Amino acid sequence: MILLELFLTLAKVGLFTFGGGYAMLPLIESEIIDGKGWLTLAEFTDIVAIAEVTPGPIAVNSATFVGYRLGGVPGGVIATLGVIAPSVVIVLLLAALARKLSSANWLVHVRAGMRPAVVGLIAAAVISVGRVAFADARSVIIGIGAAAMIFWVKLHPILVLALSGLAGAVIFSLT
Amino acid sequence: MSISPESNGADRQAACSRASLTELFWTFFRIGAFTIGGGYVMIPLIQKDIVDKHGWLSKDEFVDILAVAQTAPGALAINTATYVGFELRGIVGSLVSVAGCALPSIIIITLVAAMFSQVASAKVVQAAFAGIRPAVVVLILSAVVKIGKPIMKSGRDLMLAAAALLAVAAFGISTPLVIVAAALVGVALKMGGVKR
Repeated sequence: MILLELFLTLAKVGLFTFGGGYAMLPLIESEIIDGKGWLTLAEFTDIVAIAEVTPGPIAVNSATFVGYRLGGVPGGVIATLGVIAPSVVIVLLLAALARKLSSANWLVHVRAGMRPAVVGLIAAAVISVGRVAFADARSVIIGIGAAAMIFWVKLHPILVLALSGLAGAVIFSLT
Repeated sequence: MSISPESNGADRQAACSRASLTELFWTFFRIGAFTIGGGYVMIPLIQKDIVDKHGWLSKDEFVDILAVAQTAPGALAINTATYVGFELRGIVGSLVSVAGCALPSIIIITLVAAMFSQVASAKVVQAAFAGIRPAVVVLILSAVVKIGKPIMKSGRDLMLAAAALLAVAAFGISTPLVIVAAALVGVALKMGGVKR
């Protein structure tokens, strides 16, 4: 029973989160802490901290963690399925619709408007992530190193992430 | 400006025969494992693997997918995986991509929750993440450059991009709203007879 409730609660969170995983956190708070009383605020703070420093979308990480706390491994899986189910269904519907309309003339104009906006939104992410990322001179140095690896040496992005993590582990631990 | 439906269909068929479900799964598994510090970092990762390396999607198609992924509710990474999988291998492809994208999180978080809570709070782990974050910024910036280059063809495109950037960064307007507004502007400009 708790598994079904977990699924439905996380599905509700997934359905009403717009604008990426971070937007989901207040919803998890109101649904799961205030609403269901499944977690304390301190536990939730731990979850957010761990979700932030582990790979994977924040939304999925938080859901897995909440589910695991409440229902073990099956709980983690069910909660994750719950949080991703609404977006998978909605995106599939939109994708099928876009395919059906692909020859419609007005869609060309819709896309002409949306494409530059998408670029602007990604640029906005540079600013929002950059504000947190560049905390001091050490992070600026790592950023310059990463830029050289990406734009000049043209390493694979995953390799750049791994090397920067290594550099961070050394530089931030020792200094 | 965009690919004609006919050539698009031909490209798609060629792409479908190349993107096997196993490849899709592992590509998104890797992307899921390295989506660190927010969903936007998967944009350069997907761009590198799916557009540049495999050529499964064109840059324009990828941007159109991102527009939908940012308009729908939920995590950007999951939404993008769903759409890319659907475009390449239909509904099964989308389920396989989503599974690949979510599985690293499920495994890692379950391990962390089960036994290594102290690992995530260990100093060296936090130091590593402090090092990864600046790289994430640079990677997202590289995606802006790569994705933006073919799209920014006119002053109008630049203005739209700048407006979207300001709307989110300065005024905190939610991303789906920005995308929908941009789509309406695109249609309105055309109806007003403004030529590109």
